[in-house]
Amino acid sequence: MLELKNLYKTFNPGTINEKTALNGLSLKLNDGDFVTVIGGNGAGKSTMLNAVAGTWFVDEGQILIDGVDVTKLPEYKRAAYLGRVFQDPMTGTAATMEIQENLALAKRRGKTRFLRPGISKSESAEYRELLKVLGLGLEDRLTSKVGLLSGGQRQALTLLMATLQKPKLLLLDEHTAALDPKTAAKVLEITDMIVNRDHLTTLMITHNMKDAIQHGNRLIMMMNGQIILDIAGEDKKKLTVRDLLDQFEHASGEAFTNDSALLG
Amino acid sequence: MEIMNLINALPGAAAQGLIWGVMAIGVYLTYRILDVADLTVDGTMCTGGAVCIMLMLSGCNVWVAMLAATGAGMLAGLVTGIFHTFMGIPAILAGILTQLSLYSVNLKIMGKANQAINVDKYDLLVSLRYIKNVPVWQNTILIVAVIILVLIALLYWFFGTELGCSLRATGCNPNMSRAQGINTARNTVIGLMLSNGLVAFSSALLAQYQGFSDVNMGRGAIVIGLAAVIIGEAVFGKIFRNFGFKLLGVVLGSILYYLVLQTVIWLGIDTDLLKLLSALVVAVFLAFPYWKGKYFSKPAKKGGSTNA
Repeated sequence: MLELKNLYKTFNPGTINEKTALNGLSLKLNDGDFVTVIGGNGAGKSTMLNAVAGTWFVDEGQILIDGVDVTKLPEYKRAAYLGRVFQDPMTGTAATMEIQENLALAKRRGKTRFLRPGISKSESAEYRELLKVLGLGLEDRLTSKVGLLSGGQRQALTLLMATLQKPKLLLLDEHTAALDPKTAAKVLEITDMIVNRDHLTTLMITHNMKDAIQHGNRLIMMMNGQIILDIAGEDKKKLTVRDLLDQFEHASGEAFTNDSALLG
Repeated sequence: MEIMNLINALPGAAAQGLIWGVMAIGVYLTYRILDVADLTVDGTMCTGGAVCIMLMLSGCNVWVAMLAATGAGMLAGLVTGIFHTFMGIPAILAGILTQLSLYSVNLKIMGKANQAINVDKYDLLVSLRYIKNVPVWQNTILIVAVIILVLIALLYWFFGTELGCSLRATGCNPNMSRAQGINTARNTVIGLMLSNGLVAFSSALLAQYQGFSDVNMGRGAIVIGLAAVIIGEAVFGKIFRNFGFKLLGVVLGSILYYLVLQTVIWLGIDTDLLKLLSALVVAVFLAFPYWKGKYFSKPAKKGGSTNA
């Protein structure tokens, strides 16, 4: 489904801030994989997701989505294949537009937009049904501006928008990190529900090791722009946070320093 | 201080306000919808008039001349758009660069700094002579008002289409827009072209109205446009929620601006100071949202929704 071949990316080359964020990264996802990604700060998790999304181009390497080479495709064209939810709840939605208008924008992802109506009557009814599934009461607020919603509501809406057109790949970049624990759990629950319902191939970054273990069928750990651990299937089910910490110390030769990963 | 002098001047002020209202709608599109302060308009506000007058002087029909003027404005918007998106120049600087180059372009279009057109010899659509004592269908105020209603209807329709919605999204949240497959660079260019087309159209009307185009007629246009947008929002913001009415509010803001201006002139202020005063008034109005947030913000409500 997704294939990353030997990706390299260096930020600010030739300056004092030079940072090699991807260092020969390779990864292959199978159809229907739900992969959780963990790693310390600066390990290259978000960089990997942004490379796939096309926020900028990689220095070297190749990115294939469902066999199509998208390495040189600009961000807005790649969007046809991708559903994305960001860490900041403000990033994924247009605050000054109505809930149903946001959904209508997402419905047309990957299609040519011209002078047809931006939203049709029948669409409103469809969105009402889809919003009901979230169980957040948004189905009665179709014409409310998204700016009035809470962070959790916005993330749930973004999730719905990302999957309205079934994406070939769903990218979740710490999409619960900015939420309080209760809301985060609710959004994760919705995530699981949608991913299972639509059999979506998913990459989910989290800095919560428990979440990384509980969700998905495969777990990868990153460090210094490479994948240092890749566990799937039965092995993953048996994982504990202690195992992951040991693995990390073993691989890196140092203690895991990210407090939030331990406490989460 | 004859009150009749003021009353006699008001219809003219209203007509000017209406004509600048078209321009203010253009500014609204970039400033409020695209979230770009586009300074190109200071140049475009002359280009439209220059193209219109020169074409009419060479025997062109008034509608064809105004259409060409609109096209010229869109071209100017295209240039700013390319400076901004393709060449990565910050929007304000891109606008200033186009504005400056338009000064030369406008001189070349007109051949000199000023071109007059005689209302008796040419078939003008609007003129300051068509305010009073003309049949009602020739009345400039009525004609411009009808044009504005048609324009607002067209824009209302356009911003409800898929392309129009994607334009609004581009201005509101470019990151989200790209993630939803919207070509934000192209949309920014379209928005700038649309805006400058409207400004040039307004300029074509203004040149006919005053009977000449002048290389300096666009100086400070952005400030007048912003003033109209801000006054319109301040006065009518609470009652006009619908997009079409918001545009109408901008036009009414422009009319108010010219009525106040006329009154201030009637009160006998030194007219050399007018631009200074306009700029200061706009500066204060622009500062209001900032001050409000900084000094008068209410503490956020605790509790709120129990849902997520």
